[in-house]
Amino acid sequence: MSINVTRRQFFKLGGAGLASSSLAMMGFAPEPAEASIRQFKLTHAKETRNTCTYCSVGCGILIYSKGDGAKNVEQNVFHIEGDPDHPVSRGSLCPKGAGLLDFVHSKGRLEYPQVREAGTSEWKRISWDEALTRIARHMKDDRDANFVQRTAHGETVNHWTTTGFLAASGSSNEAGYITHKVVRNLGMVAFDNQARV
Amino acid sequence: MTNHWVDIRNANLILSMGGNSAEAHPVGFRWVTEAIEHNKAELITIDPRFTRTGAVAQDKAFIRTGTDIAFLGGLISYLIETDQIQHEYVLNYTDAALIVREGYGFEDGLFSGYDESTRSYDKQSWMYEMGDDGFVRRDETLQDPRCVYQLLREHYARYTPAMVSSITGIAVENIQRIWKKIAAMAVPDKTMTILYALGWTQHSIGSQIIRTAAMVQLLLGNMGMPGGGVNALRGHSNIQGLTDLGLLSQLLPGYMTLANAKEQDYRAYIDKRTKQPTVEGQVSYWKNYEKFHVSLMKAWYGDAANEANNWCFDWLPKLERPLYDILDTFERMSKGELNGYFCQGFNPLASFPNRAKVTKALSSLKYLVVMDPLNTETSEFWKNYGEYNDVDSSRIDTEVFRLPTCCFAEDEGSIVNSARWLQWHWSAAPPPGDARPDTRIMGELFLKLKQLYQEEGGVFPDPILNLTWDYRIPADPKADELAREFNGRALEDLTDEQGNVTRRAGEQLAGFAELTADGRTAAGCWIFTGCWTEAGNQMANRDNSDPYGTGNTLGWAWAWPMNRRILYNRASADVQGRPWGADKAFIWWDSEQGAWVGADVPDFPTNSPPSQGQMPFIMQPEGVGHLFAGQSMVDGPFPEHYEPFESPVPQNLLHPGKEKARNNPAARIFEEDREALGTPEEFPHAATTYRLTEHFHFWTKHAELNAVVQPQQFVEIGEALADEIGIAAGDWVKVSSKRGFIKAVAVVTKRLRPMTIGDKQVHHVGIPLHWGFTGVAKKGYLVNALTPFVGDANTQTPEYKSFTVRVEKA
Repeated sequence: MSINVTRRQFFKLGGAGLASSSLAMMGFAPEPAEASIRQFKLTHAKETRNTCTYCSVGCGILIYSKGDGAKNVEQNVFHIEGDPDHPVSRGSLCPKGAGLLDFVHSKGRLEYPQVREAGTSEWKRISWDEALTRIARHMKDDRDANFVQRTAHGETVNHWTTTGFLAASGSSNEAGYITHKVVRNLGMVAFDNQARV
Repeated sequence: MTNHWVDIRNANLILSMGGNSAEAHPVGFRWVTEAIEHNKAELITIDPRFTRTGAVAQDKAFIRTGTDIAFLGGLISYLIETDQIQHEYVLNYTDAALIVREGYGFEDGLFSGYDESTRSYDKQSWMYEMGDDGFVRRDETLQDPRCVYQLLREHYARYTPAMVSSITGIAVENIQRIWKKIAAMAVPDKTMTILYALGWTQHSIGSQIIRTAAMVQLLLGNMGMPGGGVNALRGHSNIQGLTDLGLLSQLLPGYMTLANAKEQDYRAYIDKRTKQPTVEGQVSYWKNYEKFHVSLMKAWYGDAANEANNWCFDWLPKLERPLYDILDTFERMSKGELNGYFCQGFNPLASFPNRAKVTKALSSLKYLVVMDPLNTETSEFWKNYGEYNDVDSSRIDTEVFRLPTCCFAEDEGSIVNSARWLQWHWSAAPPPGDARPDTRIMGELFLKLKQLYQEEGGVFPDPILNLTWDYRIPADPKADELAREFNGRALEDLTDEQGNVTRRAGEQLAGFAELTADGRTAAGCWIFTGCWTEAGNQMANRDNSDPYGTGNTLGWAWAWPMNRRILYNRASADVQGRPWGADKAFIWWDSEQGAWVGADVPDFPTNSPPSQGQMPFIMQPEGVGHLFAGQSMVDGPFPEHYEPFESPVPQNLLHPGKEKARNNPAARIFEEDREALGTPEEFPHAATTYRLTEHFHFWTKHAELNAVVQPQQFVEIGEALADEIGIAAGDWVKVSSKRGFIKAVAVVTKRLRPMTIGDKQVHHVGIPLHWGFTGVAKKGYLVNALTPFVGDANTQTPEYKSFTVRVEKA
């Protein structure tokens, strides 16, 4: 290859993903023209610093999205690669992380609140307001009926054991913190995250 | 991790056991190869399987699943009997010299104080003996028969190489060769690092396996050292953060604990947790417990929390049982004792043991709320997917709500990696459709509940109505606001002893040393204090310079506590404060500056000179590392090998004929679940579950690239077992336990070999866990159809890594 690439551009090419790196291994090295097209795309993309969502190594990633910044144009993620400045990952991603883009755009992503009514066999789309109103109603009814202020021995316990909560070890500290703050102050004790398993 | 990913490169020896980082943490594993190539380190793997980690190891052994304590206990005995320990470290930095009370004992596989009816121990006898001065008695010669060192020696004397070999299945010569290499790390200037993962935690003796590793590292003088430590390679991107923030049934943020029902008195609750030094002059940092606790109460309740009402102590729920863990909860749920359940980014139908029981439990709920970016199996537990989820929807009356959430790319905030680094990330794009961040969902849901309590009244509304909620947009609290809240701020001016103002009211705090117990500070998670200071968001730092060449990049992100990268790093220097070796210099005492200095933030009072005699383990009341876990474990002060609850071996070879000591005597198992355990006759094969390089849990089967490279469910069986049962590579097999079955393609491999245990051959079956009935990969069976509903005695983490099955042609 005769193109001049900077270190950063080199990483951008090298970390392009499992699919392209496998192609490279099989001898399909990108042609200069192809490389320059990729470079052009990234140049005009918005670059966002993020962290891989899978294991706990915490590899730095750069997410590239398109959208010209106009108010009615939304960003669309089209490329994810390792962050070459990251002291642990130094631009690398493993086969899990190399597929992050397909996780973001997975066909399995949920887009709208839904309910499955008792005894039925399908989902029904509902609004956020309806979903949260119905959930809050369930919670309050259960809490008011089953909240324990005192035990049979007269000990103050102020807990609610008939609704439980599993929190997400893939979510941020900020989501975790507010989840804890809300859940615990409702009196819930059947409360765990993936660290339990 | 006590240390961090890049620090692995400083190791002279790497012991990978109970984990397979080359496949589960591939990029972190690069620092293992870095140590091998540039620090002349050796990698030793000990695993039931030949893994990709083992493939690049210089030495390895294959161990029967669930027998790690036998191997490590034998190692402890070997280190003591051959006198290969780091003497100065063991004498000064561990409890080896401390005297244990009369009354402590161990007989027939049981420690003193066992109550069979409750399957629990009274730990009264597991304590150090106090002298007349009110401090623990000690014997500097380590000769007193009741000092920890001698008790330790006696306890593990039974773990001879022959005994270890008969339990683990590793040949005596292999055991001794590996022990010898590990023992060479007892010299002061060499270190071994230990890397483990769920292969250690997911056992009924999981916590004790990890403790055994910590004890080995104390004897070798490897804690607090660069290239040393006990390093948990955690399984999820922010599982460390959620643990730190206390999202577990018995915890509050920052490893504080909820009161139990007996603890009705606020002062007694605080005093019990306020650990005073038990050796004269030691730091015992938990003596500040009340400062952390009151600051949390001020963060949550603001002005409503004051000294007169004990800072709203009674508003926090109290526990009527030790844990309301997931096994306890699903046991209760399966009996109809729960009405509602929330699964936020968690897929219990796939992740919890004994899938049939989990289905039954979820079916008995009135309502289930799933918050997730993906359509998880749990959210569709009621839907028939043929053989993969054979249920009758019409008979399941659970109302299920499914709320779409953002994924990482659409979310802002911080996550904590395994090395305790809080790294900030930014949102790259809006989520698909009408998906929302978890922070907003929790905010709106809370406000709806609060409104209901305001309008209708209801039971005990106090904490709901008074919860601090001063977010700019109340229904949508932002990440920066929440991060600032858990960091903490001054509520009033703070002053020093001379009355000078050190912090103005309203300012962000710089560290937890500023917290007070009188209500002048608020902080939602004391160990995170320092992450968002007056200087701004420290988690967003991105200076990757390494000025000391130790791989310690203090300017990159922010690590708790106080940006320290290696915990207990005071132990990297000798008693006089000098590094143990030139290669291992990390922090040291600088007498001119009168301070500890070096490559890291000292995990120690900065100006406490060595002559003051404070010891490195500042969170312990004795100032030293514990070889003897007097009070912290429920199942014994020294780890003991017990068989998995389902084992191909009918007895504990350390305690033949002693039925009570066959399995962990303090592990809880519900009656129906005990009945659902198989016998070696019916289910002769040892099974273990694990992850593959190409997949992450049950998530990546939703990602096309990963589904392409690893599309189909399989199980691994060794050639000898395949021959025995007439299976060829590519055949379909049925793998059954007493609780259920899966069908998968057989990969017949040399990577699993039979082991001789006692008078029988034991075959292992390897069961990757990634498939299910949703996603873009080929549909598969949830492997937790097979696993037993029993957990570790301390944590209740299920025993996914050791159980028994029968493999046959499908």
